[in-house]
Amino acid sequence: MENNSNFETRKPPVATTGILGWCRQHLFSNWINSFITLLVIYFLYQLIPWFLDWSVFSADFWTNYKGELIVDRTFCSRVADPEGDHGACWAIIIVRFYQFMYGFYPSEQVWRVNLTYFLLVVALLPLLIEKIPGRKHLIKFTIAFPIVAFILLYGGFGFQIIPTNKWGGLLVTLVLGVFGIAIAFPLGILLALGRRSQLPVISMFCTLFIEFIRGVPLITLLFFGMVMLPLFLPEGLNLDGLVRVLVAVTLFQAAYMAEVIRGGLQAIPRGQYEAAQSVGLSYWQMNRKIILPQAIRISIPSIVNTSIGLFKDTTLVIIIGLLDLLGIGRGALADATWMGLSNEVYVFVALVFFIFTFSMSRYSLYLEKKLKTGINMGAD
Amino acid sequence: MKKLLSIFAVLAFAFSANAGTLDDVKNRGFLKCGVTTGLIGFAAPDDAGNWAGFDVDVCRAVAAAIFGDSSKVEFTTTTGKSRFPTLASGEIDMLARNTTWTLSRDVNLGFEFVGVNYYDGQGFMIPSALGVDDATGLDGATVCIQTGTTTELNLADFFRANGIGYEALPIETNDEARENLFAGRCDVYTTDASGLSATRAQADDPDKWVVLPNIISKEPLGPLVRHGDHQWGDVVRWSLNTMIIAEELGVSSSNVDDSKGSNVPEVLRLLGVEGGYGEMLELSNDFAYNIIKQVGNYSESFDRNIGPDTPLGIGRNLNALWTDGGILYAPPFR
Repeated sequence: MENNSNFETRKPPVATTGILGWCRQHLFSNWINSFITLLVIYFLYQLIPWFLDWSVFSADFWTNYKGELIVDRTFCSRVADPEGDHGACWAIIIVRFYQFMYGFYPSEQVWRVNLTYFLLVVALLPLLIEKIPGRKHLIKFTIAFPIVAFILLYGGFGFQIIPTNKWGGLLVTLVLGVFGIAIAFPLGILLALGRRSQLPVISMFCTLFIEFIRGVPLITLLFFGMVMLPLFLPEGLNLDGLVRVLVAVTLFQAAYMAEVIRGGLQAIPRGQYEAAQSVGLSYWQMNRKIILPQAIRISIPSIVNTSIGLFKDTTLVIIIGLLDLLGIGRGALADATWMGLSNEVYVFVALVFFIFTFSMSRYSLYLEKKLKTGINMGAD
Repeated sequence: MKKLLSIFAVLAFAFSANAGTLDDVKNRGFLKCGVTTGLIGFAAPDDAGNWAGFDVDVCRAVAAAIFGDSSKVEFTTTTGKSRFPTLASGEIDMLARNTTWTLSRDVNLGFEFVGVNYYDGQGFMIPSALGVDDATGLDGATVCIQTGTTTELNLADFFRANGIGYEALPIETNDEARENLFAGRCDVYTTDASGLSATRAQADDPDKWVVLPNIISKEPLGPLVRHGDHQWGDVVRWSLNTMIIAEELGVSSSNVDDSKGSNVPEVLRLLGVEGGYGEMLELSNDFAYNIIKQVGNYSESFDRNIGPDTPLGIGRNLNALWTDGGILYAPPFR
């Protein structure tokens, strides 16, 4: 022991610790890496200042370079002064922000949409935060949320009815995304269980359904919902256009969700089933208490992945004439007052989508860390 | 699943009585009109979320004729693919969506075109620097063309008939065509002439682009309704005709009140001062007055939405009255 004090503990070489060490290890470990690093830095150096300049520093927000309030495209600096060095003209987004968010929802009723958004957050809380007080009661609300949201948004029960052709923008995107995912998730679990069922009729039906839906593109299903579904309904019975689209989106998502969850189910060792059965649990008890919690935990990354995919796929509804966020953007471009400002519109729409999908993926990362989904089954 | 079904059940509309469309519309209290998801000058939402445009005005005219209030109309957005099923299923009462009147659509799809509100035709737009003043001089040009449209077929026909070659650059949307053309990736963009004007209006310097005089197809665009309900077809037809006749007679939204004291018999018939023409359509006798007062006559609508003073800057040309060298012609109001 005493001997040791004569020696100074030597620090590790500078080149292997701290920022320098990290850079050396990760960015410049060999000449190919160094080359790629430099290339990327060069591109970022070119791109980021240019983009910041375009989108912020030389951009118009409410007023143009002369200080005038922008009321149409001709006031935009880059239109009014094409020779000058002007950036984006965000006035189109600012002036039409309401439309981008709510579509044509009557402004005196828009508190209903805002309330729905707020309740959506409340409904998500017990799913997002495990240790929230009163979680059991909140979960009940979460389950009831789709019905509450439907009444709030559409009307009835004393609320003025707002037909869905007045809905638009982010509202339609979120309705399709949230309802699509919320209904598809339980449906997907049932389909996954059904496909693995011992009962041949059920398993065949589920397999057929999943394979059929997965075998056709979403756009085909959307056309099916739009064009063919009315033919199957009795004369005079008209399903609302948004509902028909929602049916198509939900079925599509359910089929993919089923396969994701089936993947999770496959990973559960046989012993888990046998153990559950040996303590006398019924089929549903076994799945609810033992199998599904584990299977879903393993599938979280894939579930979030397909959900993000669906959320982005909702933009396809433009093809059948629903004005979602992207559709409202295109509508704005079709107005002679704002035409030609497509860069601004598409960048804005992309940004909104990015905010939602990026939050979803960050949340799934957090969940994975918390639940340690990367566990090595059987090693402990 | 049960929850799902109950939601559908609530959303599903009740069985509607099998009455005529006009009665349905009157009972409902507003008109349901199908328009595009957005086409410059023809239909687009303004900043306040109100639809405006040349096609939208036809919807508003019908609403004014029925209710005396041009705002009693709800718009359903349709695309090229969804427009016909939407009309056929009864989701909308009429479609005013720059739709070309063709035999198969009129007959096979079971629709009735009630008239033409815009005579369009396929044309070509090129950079003026190309120095070509006739489409036959476009041999070997790269053409931006929307795939899966009749314009694609017309293009092939035109070049084959003139014995010249071209290279197609397939594109999907108007926006894409514009970007490709402005970036010089194609020399020519071909679509309906109204669409070319819209594209040209969006250029940084519109003078650098020319729309060639060649028109290689007939595209009569007009409102349509479902087959079989002739009374309803008549209402839409005569709402459109009213706008054209009003222009012929020089009656506009600004002088319509004074015109009630006119000494021209047809003006008096049109405005419902004489004769019971509105009643024949099961409308009020001043239906035409309401249309002109609230929406305006054909030229007012044209100038407001697509005319020379708008960014589109489309001239009347074929759409001028028959008395002014165009082919716009409405049957007499008597």
